[in-house]
Amino acid sequence: MKADQSTIERLPTGIPGFDHIANGGLPRGRTTLVAGTAGSAKTVFAAQFLAAGIEHGEAGVFVTFEEAPADLRRNMYSFGWDIADWEAQNRWVFVDASPQHDDELTVIGSYDLGALLARIEHAVKRTGATRVSMDSLGAMFTRLNDSRLVRNEMLRIAVRIKALGITAVITAERSQEYGEIARYGVEEFVADDVVILRNLLEEEKRRRTVEILKFRGTTHQKGSFPFTVIPNQGIVVIPLSAIELKQRSSSLRITSGNNEMDRMCGGGFFRDSIILVSGATGTGKTLMATSFMAAGAMRGERSLLFAFEESRDQLFRNATGWGVDFEQMERDGLLRVVCNYPEVTGLEDQLISMQSEISNFRPQRIAIDSLSALERASTIKSFREFVIGLTSFIKHQEMAGLYTSTTPTLLGGSSITEAHISTITDSIILLRYVELFGEMRRGLTVLKMRGSSHDKEIREFTIDGAGMHIGRPFRNISGILSGQFTHLTPSEIERLGAMFRDDEGEVLE
Amino acid sequence: MDKIVLHLFIAGRTVRAERAIATLRRICEHELANYECELKIVDVLAEPQQAEVRKILATPTLIKEMPPPVRRIIGDLGGDPRELLAALNLPPNP
Repeated sequence: MKADQSTIERLPTGIPGFDHIANGGLPRGRTTLVAGTAGSAKTVFAAQFLAAGIEHGEAGVFVTFEEAPADLRRNMYSFGWDIADWEAQNRWVFVDASPQHDDELTVIGSYDLGALLARIEHAVKRTGATRVSMDSLGAMFTRLNDSRLVRNEMLRIAVRIKALGITAVITAERSQEYGEIARYGVEEFVADDVVILRNLLEEEKRRRTVEILKFRGTTHQKGSFPFTVIPNQGIVVIPLSAIELKQRSSSLRITSGNNEMDRMCGGGFFRDSIILVSGATGTGKTLMATSFMAAGAMRGERSLLFAFEESRDQLFRNATGWGVDFEQMERDGLLRVVCNYPEVTGLEDQLISMQSEISNFRPQRIAIDSLSALERASTIKSFREFVIGLTSFIKHQEMAGLYTSTTPTLLGGSSITEAHISTITDSIILLRYVELFGEMRRGLTVLKMRGSSHDKEIREFTIDGAGMHIGRPFRNISGILSGQFTHLTPSEIERLGAMFRDDEGEVLE
Repeated sequence: MDKIVLHLFIAGRTVRAERAIATLRRICEHELANYECELKIVDVLAEPQQAEVRKILATPTLIKEMPPPVRRIIGDLGGDPRELLAALNLPPNP
């Protein structure tokens, strides 16, 4: 018989990002097992499931097997959830099954958990709750010391909850990040829907991920997604694949702040595109970002600069040196500069705070100087996820983003940054030092310009008090991009010119 | 003489509940015949709030409220009444 997918309704959890990866939410009217190791934010997930429901007018019941209600009220308050207030309004009810200090357990004969079930049912009926969280199962197993009985009884509770039409979350411990779903074989009775929270240590950095292992009979996003736990919000999932697909693209052009650069790009950058500017230290990346924002300000557009390498004072001084008045732009409300050190927070938190800056300031142009500084403070995987998350966020807002990336070597070279994000960006501009007869000069080229033709030559440029000046192509040198220069003699140029005469009939010098 | 107060929490009249009740009645009539014995039976299906207040999870649960110390025993109390009395610390020492 063919199963009808539409019969499995979803309950949007309200946990930011989670409903994206769950294709709408948790299967309604079922119990989902949320498994994770110690410190993987299981309790936060369970509490947030109820808190988000309450914000949508749905009451919830929290069955706690481990932490006392008083502790939970206090711990969850930092996420902005005033549980005591909700309790007073009968929107949140605790069923306190936490260990009592005078609870010296003596067992004589056989028993069941009928009282617990009666209490849960009573709480549900009293409040009209549609959501129940139970946290966490492992505590019951260690206390009652009879795994078979606890399993059977929890199954009975799960069945009863289902009959009441409740959507439930039940948390369980895992002893390791990979391997069996949870201890004590609990997946035997709530095997339909399983979510796994991980708290991994990678290259000495903590990384939290959430994975939907299965939703029986229905769809969800595969693989694990990073998430973060932040004050006043709780869990925020970063749904990479879910957001990537919906980008629109515009054919509107905006100026880069340099006429010659606009010409090389075939008429300027696209309005909702991401431009990567790569170069060694001192090649002029910050200058490009500065002119990009100054050009916006001249047209009354707002720019937001995230600076991870230089202080605010340095940035303003640099800009003045190129004839750009950042202070005036700020006073006019056309510029906001956010400086911080990437080492201070994890990239997931960094992403969330950048997204909120962007949402608040609503700029038309965004510059990040530099991505490499962020890369140094994270693992490659986190970094890539960060760039994807940020890029799709920016593109949704119909903003142009200019990222700079620092190459590790002075001559030629590429950075890991580029290797990981070049496919995500729409345009790539390379700035390179060129050693020419004992002198350091600068060259630039447009390597990629998605959706447009562009100048493919490597041009020399200079920097002075008025900014960047792009000049003629380098003619008698090759190997600039690799840093392995070869100076060509005129006869060689002649020979190559004849070999690669292009259709426009232009012969190389 | 101390009064003995026992509260038994059950979830409906199950086989386990009946067995626990029978056992308690028997010890009240025999082993504790010399004491004043008060046995109160609380059905949590009818009075879930009582279970909430006393934080009862398992049924049957027997709580010896008096004399102190308070004792809590879960299970149908089947088998040897001497084991039950020892666990309850009854009869109280004169």
